[in-house]
Amino acid sequence: MNKLLPLLAVFASLGQAQAAAPDRIASLEAAVRSAQSAGDNAWMLTSAALVLMMTGPGLALFYGGLVRKKNVLGTMMQSFIMMALMTVLWAFVGYSLAFGEGGSFFGDFRYAFLHNVGADPNADYASTIPQLTFMVYQLMFAIITPALITGAFAERMKFSAMLLFMTLWGLGVYFPMAHMVWGKGGLLNAFLGGKIPCLDFAGGTVVHITSGVSALMCALYMGKRRGYPAEPMKPHNLALSFIGACLLWVGWFGFNAGSALSSGALASSAFVATQFGAAAAAIGWLVAEWIHNGKPSVLGGISGCVAGLVAITPASGFVKPMPALVIGLAAGLVCYAMVAVIKGKMGYDDSLDAFGIHGIGGTLGAVLTGVFATNQVNSGLKDSGGRLLPLGLVDGHAGQIVNQVIGCAISWILAIVLTLIILKICDMILGVRVEHDEEVQGLDLTMHGEEAYNLEA
Amino acid sequence: MKKLEAIIQPFKLEEVKEALKALGVDGMTITEVRGHGRQKGHKEVYRGKEYTVDLLPKVKVELVVASARADEVIKTLADAARTGRIGDGKIFVYDIAEAIRIRNDDRGEAAL
Repeated sequence: MNKLLPLLAVFASLGQAQAAAPDRIASLEAAVRSAQSAGDNAWMLTSAALVLMMTGPGLALFYGGLVRKKNVLGTMMQSFIMMALMTVLWAFVGYSLAFGEGGSFFGDFRYAFLHNVGADPNADYASTIPQLTFMVYQLMFAIITPALITGAFAERMKFSAMLLFMTLWGLGVYFPMAHMVWGKGGLLNAFLGGKIPCLDFAGGTVVHITSGVSALMCALYMGKRRGYPAEPMKPHNLALSFIGACLLWVGWFGFNAGSALSSGALASSAFVATQFGAAAAAIGWLVAEWIHNGKPSVLGGISGCVAGLVAITPASGFVKPMPALVIGLAAGLVCYAMVAVIKGKMGYDDSLDAFGIHGIGGTLGAVLTGVFATNQVNSGLKDSGGRLLPLGLVDGHAGQIVNQVIGCAISWILAIVLTLIILKICDMILGVRVEHDEEVQGLDLTMHGEEAYNLEA
Repeated sequence: MKKLEAIIQPFKLEEVKEALKALGVDGMTITEVRGHGRQKGHKEVYRGKEYTVDLLPKVKVELVVASARADEVIKTLADAARTGRIGDGKIFVYDIAEAIRIRNDDRGEAAL
């Protein structure tokens, strides 16, 4: 009997285990979900912070160093205030108009004032992280996109008119475009039922074409800075621009790798593509400049890296590392030609080259995404039988290039038409341009009552 | 008394100061200035846009010496400031009518 007791105990425990099995499996599944959520959420919150860092201080320093010293604070303020203005707008209606399930062009008001946006994931977009994380991550894109435009009208736009312009621009251009490409039911959304499936991983159309093309419209509508191009308007501090560009490069990992909306292999792939695109573009721009002008400049190197980061943005979650190098190199060469050669002949004053880098680089990257996108990197598109669908030309799907071109065209048209209308409205209500004397004195003193460099103080 | 006004390369200032000190010249006034003579500046290119920078940074050294010492000081200053390349600068010499030490009203060379 004594020998039998342990045996009985084993049988008894087996019985218990069988009875508890479904519970234990459920609790294991819950633990796995919670672990995955914790991992994904940690990366996504980090990414959100990285993308915010791109605007302030990244872009603020990059642009601030490129203007004359009487305008450095005004220029930095134009980036910084987006961090406040767009945040409030996003909370009220922006997130809902972009990501609420609406029609082909707009979301709806279901998430207005962040109603029902909480700890539960929104399974349509990111099933492993709280919707709050997804919402705040996407907010950072809505901040940097309008901030990019400020490069075009630098040193001459009235602060009040800029606030009104950006508010209307968010409502009229950014939120609809974000909905079209990324929102559920959006016209161009390849993954959530869009009629024209356009591949845009992190914002080639949504961020860079909209901002770059709108920037060109601003430059054309507002006219040149007084004295341009006869008077010298050299960058007042390229060391600031250098720091800003390097912060942009680092922040861009949050922008692109974060757009995986999870922390797995797709994020790694986008991270790698981002690095390779930036590196190749810096080299491309520098080589072109070296041959064309005789010297490789620091401004050329950092401008090239930004152009590459722009171009790789739509492609980052779809392409392998070697095509990323090709896309970056192409962006460096093309954007150099645009900024250093073609712009001078066209005669418009896009002060800090928001169009030449973001508009052109974004369009180039969006089209090349249709060439190099492959389902070996991104397995997001499957047919009803669960088989992977071909993505770009390299997968044998040449038609994707047409979809990409249509996506670009829609983005261009929306940006051109709406920006001109919004500028006209702002001009009628407030006047978009500062007075002659104010422009001569500089925005720092006339708009904000401060000077950046009080070295004798 | 003679006043020497020398426009020199900024990186030569230390050598000039040392040479003048060795010669026993006690006072001088230094100003950072910009200008050009035949040197005509250089070209800078920012994103393909060319700028000709024709006003270059220079240092202006002003000092007043006894007329008897002027030639010696001029030679020392010029030797110290010379690289032999274009852009080395110039020395202008003026006659001085009077010098006054504010502290005790010394006049003439005694005030130098």
